[in-house]
Amino acid sequence: MTKHTLSVLVENTPGILARVAALFSRRGFNIDSLAVGVTEHPDISRITIVVNVETLPLEQVTKQLNKLVNVLKIVELEDSAAIQRELVLVKVRADNETRSQIVEIVQLFRAKTVDVSPEAVTIEATGGSDKLGAMLKMLEPFGIKELVQSGTIAIGRGARSITDRSLRALDRSA
Amino acid sequence: MTEQATGAHHPQPRPRSGAAHQQPAIVEHVTGAQSLIRSLEEVGAEIVFGIPGGAILPAYDPMMDSTKVRHVLVRHEQGAGHAATGYAQATGKVGVCMATSGPGATNLVTPIADAHMDSVPLVAITGQVASKSIGTDAFQEADICGITMPITKHNWLVTDPAEIPRTIAEAFHVASTGRPGPVLVDIAKDALQARTTFVWPPHTDLPGYRPVTKPHAKQIREAAKLITQARRPVLYVGGGVLKARATAELRVFAELTGAPVTTTLMALGSFPDSHPQHLGMPGMHGSVAAVTALQKADLIVALGARFDDRVTGKLESFAPYAKIVHADIDPAEIGKNRTADVPIVGDAREVIADLIVAVQAEQAEGHACDYAEWWADLSRWRETYPLGYDQPEDGSLSPQQVIQRIGQLAPKDTIYTAGVGQHQMWAAHFIDYEQPQTWLNSGGAGTMGYAVPAAMGAKAGMPDRTVWAIDGDGCFQMTNQELVTCALNGIPVKVAIINNGALGMVRQWQTLFYNQRYSNTVLHTGPAVSDGGSATGPGREPCAGTRVPDFVKLAEAMGCVGLRCEDPADLDKVIAEANAIDDRPVVVDFIVHQDAMVWPMVAAGTSNDEILAARGVRPDFDGIDDD
Repeated sequence: MTKHTLSVLVENTPGILARVAALFSRRGFNIDSLAVGVTEHPDISRITIVVNVETLPLEQVTKQLNKLVNVLKIVELEDSAAIQRELVLVKVRADNETRSQIVEIVQLFRAKTVDVSPEAVTIEATGGSDKLGAMLKMLEPFGIKELVQSGTIAIGRGARSITDRSLRALDRSA
Repeated sequence: MTEQATGAHHPQPRPRSGAAHQQPAIVEHVTGAQSLIRSLEEVGAEIVFGIPGGAILPAYDPMMDSTKVRHVLVRHEQGAGHAATGYAQATGKVGVCMATSGPGATNLVTPIADAHMDSVPLVAITGQVASKSIGTDAFQEADICGITMPITKHNWLVTDPAEIPRTIAEAFHVASTGRPGPVLVDIAKDALQARTTFVWPPHTDLPGYRPVTKPHAKQIREAAKLITQARRPVLYVGGGVLKARATAELRVFAELTGAPVTTTLMALGSFPDSHPQHLGMPGMHGSVAAVTALQKADLIVALGARFDDRVTGKLESFAPYAKIVHADIDPAEIGKNRTADVPIVGDAREVIADLIVAVQAEQAEGHACDYAEWWADLSRWRETYPLGYDQPEDGSLSPQQVIQRIGQLAPKDTIYTAGVGQHQMWAAHFIDYEQPQTWLNSGGAGTMGYAVPAAMGAKAGMPDRTVWAIDGDGCFQMTNQELVTCALNGIPVKVAIINNGALGMVRQWQTLFYNQRYSNTVLHTGPAVSDGGSATGPGREPCAGTRVPDFVKLAEAMGCVGLRCEDPADLDKVIAEANAIDDRPVVVDFIVHQDAMVWPMVAAGTSNDEILAARGVRPDFDGIDDD
């Protein structure tokens, strides 16, 4: 099984997230992460889905996704040709003794301290899942009180935009 | 060959490519309900099967005034759904059914799922509670869009009355184009009641829906090359060929190549059964010749077929020597179950038309299709293992013979529908289908109870044709109430109940795989005669002929003519009597032998190489096994 990142451009209509997510579950695919948000075009949303599957089932699920009427376009973003980011917010136990060590780790990973209280430090970090995993491993010994992670979002490198052609399709229909 | 293959009878919504907005031809100030009925009229819907109720009630008021849309009041929403499906399968047009919110809508779930599996163009229109009540668990509220999401091509919830014409136009477009299928339009009651403007043609907006119909020329050339090079090819024809109205092209193509043809359960009638190149049906209950041809083939040309498990048997051992050319309008079908060597995405009619030209080009270059040796094998298998049946030794009626005689005595262009089970397979085997759209059944979903309402829909759409429903006594007891609808609405269908007193196909599996322990498959016995969980079994006498229910009386109670036949000597006379009645529905209760079985058979989960021509009879393929 290999990790694949799919960028799915969809019409920004009610229920579309349910349609996409339900399709994965009923065809027997597990979603590792999912993130959704509107694009530069208010009528188009972009869903970034990370799945762990073999190549053939991936082709099948992509074809099935393409059959959803509100799905405009699906692009697989290769790791090497795309930038992938996740966001984590993590609340770490801290006291006067450990706080400086935690801040050092935060700097090492180019993360940010966004909230401080006598018993805890809240850290904001973005990056690929490897980097964030490494950071969390470093923070773990201090005691992680609360952790929240976003799904992966990804964008291709270079000047090309995957929304361009879909925008044109929308314009034609408008 | 440029005509859109499906949905040709319906005016299409305005094409998306037109940049300049045309002035709409029709603008009327109406209610949402009137807008709905006007939309149905404009899109060409002739007939709606349905039942009113609270949330859909506003729509039924203008429905009463429509001179273009006929509404048939069914007795159960499931009947409405299957009737719309039968109508669609018989006419090639889009079927329409209507129900109210909540239980009305959920009763449509089975026929929608059925239409989804068999790719039938169906528009289901449901009422929904008022938009401000949605999500409050209001009376008769059900999230029917959520419920039908996995079993529709698409669905819409309409809360703005201005959206009604556009949504109906899009619904018919999506249902009938590409790979056809069911769609659902759920309309909130307040949207039906509100004042709005009916605008036609509406501006449609489906940027994510672009079915590919034109096949890729390079793939066609590649396929043609394989066809002329093959020595043991088979044309594996599925329901897509019927939906694309490609039967004329198929015949030309088959005769041009001389390749054998096998038509799936969904494709019966797409290629004449009497044609010498026809091997019969493939699959679990396919003919020995067809099943074996696929197993031994070096090339399978799949046209609008989907390598369903009932066709392939154990997938790993299906057609081990064959290269696959797979043409389908749905890209997701290609490579889903079996990897294709030459994938072709396109409408079957355009694909076959292009293949004809490409094969002719190959032949012109001297690459003739030479399948003489192949035909020697095929002919031998076909002659050695024909479809057949034994007459019961006790002198009772043979179910196969009943079905065969109905097929022989009915008019040539008769439309047949079937339920699901033994009678369905016998109807597939022993009736000759010579024309498209004469065989309607529930293939993918296997919905018991399909036959009677589907026959009603077919007869309503094709009133000049004879429609025979071949039904089992189990199936018949699920949906026979629609005969009331038929009797009251001048829809004189004919129903043959192949009454073996049991859920015959399940019983057959119990005979073969469960040591003849007939748990809960005997239909006409009750607790009074069975001392355990079920009746009959080794050592227990079958309780024949309790005649509960009495189908003749039941038929008469529903306004139909009821006939019964128990003696083979009366068979032709009773069928002729039924054929002669055309002013009322007729039900014939054929009391048949209960132990008849469907052969040939490939047991579930086993390889098609393990086909049994009859019980314990494994065909001998003269050493070609080790090819």
